[in-house]
Amino acid sequence: MLYIKCPHCGLRSQNEFAYGGDASVKRPELNKEISDQEWDEFVYLRKSPRGKHLELWHHVSGCRQWIKVLRDTSTHEIFNTYKSEEKVG
Amino acid sequence: MRQNYRLDKIGLVNREKKLSFKFNGKKYFGYEGDTLASALIANGVHLVGRSFKYHRPRGFFGAGVDEPYAIVQLYRNGETEPNVRATEQELFEGLEAKSVNCWPSVNFDIGAINNFLNIFLPAGFYYKTFMWPRSFWYRIYEPFIRKAAGFGVASKEHDKERYEHKYEYCDLLIAGSGPSGLASAYAAAKNGARVILAEDKPRFGGSLLTSDVSINNQSGKEWADNIITELKGMTNVTVKNRAQIFGYYDHNMLVMSERVTDHLPKSEQFTPKQRLWYIRAKQVVISSGSIERPIVFGNNDTPGVVLASAAKEYMKVYGVLVGKKPIVFTNNDSAYETAIEFKKNNINPIVLDSRQDSNSEIIKEAKSLGIDIKFSHVVVVAKGYKKVKSCDIAEISEDKQNLNQIKNIECDCICVSGFWTPTIHLASQSGGKTKFKEEIDAFVPDKSKQKEVTLGSANGVFTLEETLKTSFDKGFELSKEITNNNNSQQIPKVSEKKHSKHDKFWCVPLPKGKKYKRFLDFQNDVAVSDIELAIREGYRSIEHVKRYTTLGMATDQGKTSNLNGLQLVSNIENKVVPAVGHTTFRPPYTPISIGAIVGREIGKHSKPTRKSPMHNWHEKNNAVFVDAGVWLRPRYYKRGNEGLFEASKREAENVRKNVGVCDVTTLGKIDVKGPDAAEFLNRVYTNAWLKLPVGKARYGVMLREDGIVMDDGTTTRISENHYHMTTTTAQAANVLSHLEYYLQLVWPELDVNVVSTTEQWAGAAIAGPKSRDLLQKLFPDTDVSNEGLPFMGFVEANLFGVNARIFRISFSGELAYEVNVESDNGNFMWEKIIEIGKDFDLQPYGTEALSTLRIEMGHVAGSELDGRTIPYDTGLDGLVSKKKDFIGKRSLLKKAYNEKDRQRLVGVVPLDKKTSIPEGSHLVKDPKGKLPNPKLGHISASCWSVEHNNPFSLAILKDGKNMIGSKLYAMSPLKNKTIAVEIVSSHYVDPKGERVRS
Ligand SMILES: [Zn+2]
Repeated sequence: MLYIKCPHCGLRSQNEFAYGGDASVKRPELNKEISDQEWDEFVYLRKSPRGKHLELWHHVSGCRQWIKVLRDTSTHEIFNTYKSEEKVG
Repeated sequence: MRQNYRLDKIGLVNREKKLSFKFNGKKYFGYEGDTLASALIANGVHLVGRSFKYHRPRGFFGAGVDEPYAIVQLYRNGETEPNVRATEQELFEGLEAKSVNCWPSVNFDIGAINNFLNIFLPAGFYYKTFMWPRSFWYRIYEPFIRKAAGFGVASKEHDKERYEHKYEYCDLLIAGSGPSGLASAYAAAKNGARVILAEDKPRFGGSLLTSDVSINNQSGKEWADNIITELKGMTNVTVKNRAQIFGYYDHNMLVMSERVTDHLPKSEQFTPKQRLWYIRAKQVVISSGSIERPIVFGNNDTPGVVLASAAKEYMKVYGVLVGKKPIVFTNNDSAYETAIEFKKNNINPIVLDSRQDSNSEIIKEAKSLGIDIKFSHVVVVAKGYKKVKSCDIAEISEDKQNLNQIKNIECDCICVSGFWTPTIHLASQSGGKTKFKEEIDAFVPDKSKQKEVTLGSANGVFTLEETLKTSFDKGFELSKEITNNNNSQQIPKVSEKKHSKHDKFWCVPLPKGKKYKRFLDFQNDVAVSDIELAIREGYRSIEHVKRYTTLGMATDQGKTSNLNGLQLVSNIENKVVPAVGHTTFRPPYTPISIGAIVGREIGKHSKPTRKSPMHNWHEKNNAVFVDAGVWLRPRYYKRGNEGLFEASKREAENVRKNVGVCDVTTLGKIDVKGPDAAEFLNRVYTNAWLKLPVGKARYGVMLREDGIVMDDGTTTRISENHYHMTTTTAQAANVLSHLEYYLQLVWPELDVNVVSTTEQWAGAAIAGPKSRDLLQKLFPDTDVSNEGLPFMGFVEANLFGVNARIFRISFSGELAYEVNVESDNGNFMWEKIIEIGKDFDLQPYGTEALSTLRIEMGHVAGSELDGRTIPYDTGLDGLVSKKKDFIGKRSLLKKAYNEKDRQRLVGVVPLDKKTSIPEGSHLVKDPKGKLPNPKLGHISASCWSVEHNNPFSLAILKDGKNMIGSKLYAMSPLKNKTIAVEIVSSHYVDPKGERVRS
């Protein structure tokens, strides 16, 4: 079971969190013309990288904040965690 | 019966306390502190079971977790448990156990015929034989296997025992209380670290209990006892015996199974039988020790062939002799301790040592005691069926290929030692690599992946002096990193005998012309010949060889067999062992009971049960409840002999005719607050929200980004910047997460807060033509007229001194209101409604009547919003704004969503107006059509229409818009029904919606 450092609450076990997928996905702006392909990529297409992955986790049984977690998908090593508004770069 | 094999003056058992027990129905005695195994051996019982495949007689091989043979069925306090290792089960008064895998009895076992037909049962037997013909499987193979094979029987009764889970955190978790565990625990604890020390056995000390050493001029056991006593007295230390750390998971999470009361005749009330610990440790010390491995020889599975270390443990810990005419067969020095122990107890062992010579300290001692030592000698084959009676021994050539001067000597046990295998399971489970250490012919942990270190013999270090030194150092070093303290301990002075090198010898060759079975895996009956066959048949990967032959796949997971199997494969393949590699170590290290894994999450404890504040009233008034998610809701209120159908029909009719009240507390409720709340709702819902005035409610539909309907409900503007959103019961949690996602990640610029208020409000829906009259009596000071409180209106009111909210919304399609009060006042509200409602023929109604009312009205719910439908499909397309953007809107442009014959919600009535249509039925054109018969749609919900007094269903039908009036068939192969139906409008009652506005 992963041990995830919520930037708001501290280290908590995985069972307090829900996984939220790739954190680098950006929703297209409202009211913007957008091609079918761009929209499909946003809705459906996700990479499944082996290695470093910036992902979203929701601290559902804690502070209810969505956070970003930089995790290695093959070793489960967590390099860092960020608040939702923090720029990761 | 006398304990003929019990020694008088040795052992740690409590001779003051005699315990009686039964094995296979026969009564025996043992002592407190015995295991079932030691007590049976003390009574001369060596036959405990039969092997899995050939049903060969099985005795005892080890004295602990590595035991492959002595698996019994245990009976305790009216319950039974299979797969119990007799070497681990502590004796208690009244214990009962039986042999397994034998029928009709352990002494006469029909399955043993396999032993003589074994030509038919080679490696891969199951794969080869049982594949064909297929028809044989159920009739012949499976019944045969079930009867003749398998270990023990699971109880069919409910397990009355209690199992618990516990979460714990520590600085250092130490797995194993042998010398390295004790030393590192002591050093770390003295340096201020929070330590958990776990020992699998009842007694602490590991090898110190039986080894001939001295530490600071005390015996190993005395030193261990003193350390444990001191550790137990420290507040920063938790010491647990009977506790097995069986799994190493991510981020230094380890799981430990504590057998709290398995050693007692029964568990005290509220005391668990077992407790599962989830431990998050900053550092882990793996001090799990090592397991002796056997040397392979002919018929080496005969009862009476035991590990030399186990024979020593039975003497020194339990005061029990495994035999009185022992042969000690070894390739190393450690088995001499066993021989010396026999001698000290006036038993004369013969030592066969595969080495040509050795002159180490311990061998000198053995010689000086007059022990008969034969170098360059091996056991060729054990003789005897149910117990060793003699064995053939031989001189072995220097190259270990040839046997000379084979002769038979009498013996009643063979204590075998093929050197030591470090227990690296935990280190390997953590993700760390392993490496093969030539000097010990075994794998040891290499680079660790997580925060762990392996010490002592688990790391291939077999001298006490080095073990204690490295363990004291590591305990101090690791604790210093965590506590920043600097209190180091003096490393104690050790005296031990130096050992000489072991012999790289693990398998005795067969004499010419002999075909003795030489076993590697004793529980699964995998012999040398099976591995040879598998390799001849082309299996190369050790993982494949394992699965094909079942080597190491039994309940002991090959603790004594895996390494010899690897040696064999590497010999045949002419590879070195590390090139063959080992199979993956997976948790659990030893079998863990299902009860411990499940813990307290059984029956009603498996999920929380949520009840509305009015639950007690429902119960008292004959409500029959139904699970709605985690909520319990009244399904109907039973009167007299009514069943579900009659009661729900009566309740629904009364709503249409008079007035009814329904508990709607379970609906999800979310407060949406902030200056940008209207803008936010406008983006979340498909319809327009910017112009909703204060004091008004609106029905809304929200989509996922892929255009599928996520949820629906009404949201009311309570004040300028405050909205009260309702969701369906099932989607409440998902909707809140969904809103938080958009507010926190997508549109953080919106100044809005959301919070769940589901628990804060109790709700009652009052529906029916008389509902306004009832409401007026409940709220005499509030204007509830059609003008004062119009459809979709909202007003705050006073219910006999209690604050209430009245929403004029309707799910039933009747004139209806929903009254909310704070949860604490829920029951007060409910009783007032019931009391005053009497004058209006009010009846409470449950979820079944609620469904009936909404179905015949054509209102969609979860069965239509099933995660596969877009607004058009469910007739909600009128609520989709063309002007503004919202979540999921772009997806609605998809071609498939705009096909002309797109599926759509319709009503369905059986032509005979009598036959109810099962939910889930498929709609087809031709009931006798060729399979696969094209499916045009499916029935999503069915009811008995109280308005029309005939069955009515809703369906999602292809081209539903143009199908009104057509005739189809509803088919349910499950219920074996084919019903001729007519497609009608989904609005079966009040299609113009006049009642809700009346
Ligand atoms: Zn948090």
